[in-house]
Amino acid sequence: MVGMLAQGFGVSLQIFFLTLLGALPLGVVVALARMSRFKPLALITRFYISVMRGTPLMLQMFAIFFGPYYLFGISLGTDYKFTACIIAFIINYAAYFAEIYRSGIQSIPQGQYEAAHVLGYSRFQTFMLIVLPQVIKRILPAMGNEIITLVKDTSLAFVIGVAEMFSEAKALVASMKNLWAFAVAGLFYWVFNFIIEVILNRIEKKLDYYHE
Amino acid sequence: MNKEASADMAQTASGSKADVVVSLESIEKSFGDTEVLHDISLSVRRGEVVAIIGPSGSGKSTFLRCATLLETFERGSLSYGDLEVVQSGVDGRAVYAGKTVQREAKSRFGLVFQNFNLFPHYSVLRNVADAPIRVQKRDKAEAERQARAVLAKMGLAGKEDMVPCELSGGQQQRVAIARALALNPDILYFDEPTSALDPELTQEVLRVIRDLAAERMTMVIVTHEMSFARDVADRIVFMADGYVVEEGAPGQVINNPQHERTKAFLAKYEG
Repeated sequence: MVGMLAQGFGVSLQIFFLTLLGALPLGVVVALARMSRFKPLALITRFYISVMRGTPLMLQMFAIFFGPYYLFGISLGTDYKFTACIIAFIINYAAYFAEIYRSGIQSIPQGQYEAAHVLGYSRFQTFMLIVLPQVIKRILPAMGNEIITLVKDTSLAFVIGVAEMFSEAKALVASMKNLWAFAVAGLFYWVFNFIIEVILNRIEKKLDYYHE
Repeated sequence: MNKEASADMAQTASGSKADVVVSLESIEKSFGDTEVLHDISLSVRRGEVVAIIGPSGSGKSTFLRCATLLETFERGSLSYGDLEVVQSGVDGRAVYAGKTVQREAKSRFGLVFQNFNLFPHYSVLRNVADAPIRVQKRDKAEAERQARAVLAKMGLAGKEDMVPCELSGGQQQRVAIARALALNPDILYFDEPTSALDPELTQEVLRVIRDLAAERMTMVIVTHEMSFARDVADRIVFMADGYVVEEGAPGQVINNPQHERTKAFLAKYEG
């Protein structure tokens, strides 16, 4: 049982890490687009964030998995379900991350930009060297919440048949006629999130060398 | 040489253009419908210290922000030495030069803010040395050596590895002055450099600025410290409601003001 769950957990971890890999940087782009002075771009991004946050991730996964076939008649095969799951997770989480980034970026005092401007830093340098490091410290607690939620959300992938841990647990429960598999799966999630908490705490401590 | 004499010399020397570090001519600026700067001109010669005084809302800070390219103005011209940053177009509209010229201009001046605006995540040393390294592309070891020297001059030797939040307000402001000096600017602007400080911390910052004045650093200082302005400045500019009301040697403007606005303003600072 544990072996099967561990195998499923491997898939859960893949979803988790691939989502972070895609959504963490994409969120920056979305946040910058959302704050763009070019109004149409800001509006479109706002709409995108609103839809992503306002509809269930499960539904988004369905849309991306079944959409190509039902809308365009394109058949992408069964391997597509994992890709669809990753795409859905990335675009969903990028929207949440973007809003956290935005709150962080907007909390940086104007004086920081002005000092950088007068010293001659380019806009890109100002963002990368001055703003972003301060934003990371400020948003870390909020990001921690989202990342822990993401670990648990990977279980949603079972709805389109991705063989992650929760799907395996369900199958085990059905075949073994007891609920132990769920309990063990729960333990897996919790232990992994505990590790994440420890890591986040370390990073927070490391960034504690200064405050404003 | 007393202040009056040097100010007189300023009058006669103002003809030689090579000596002018910054020249702002006929600056006009509005926020929406409110005009905040009316036809303001200022040119500063090498080694000169100019203090700008006046009630809050008079446009002093806005003027400084225009000179340091933090704000744009609609009419007038601005040049740093031979570098024409903003030219007055045919219809009088201000025409800004391209990015390259603006970047070059930024290496010719430094600005010290009221609220320091140090980078909180950088060490003291990095606050001072980072722009020389990353913006001026200078050698890291050389830039850090100079940063240490400037910090020592500001009385901050031994604080290089601290972060700003570990320092007092006065120390932070001296780091900010060091940061501005590290780019080897031709002119240093101060925007109410002591307004955010306790009285005792004010003195240590003013002392540093006095030392710079003694070394003939070219400076424009917006300040509410009247006695400091009188001591340190070669020239005082009194602004009110976006106009330059009165301008001249400290002895003249502070001890013997000609205009009612100046008299009324200075009366508040008596005793």
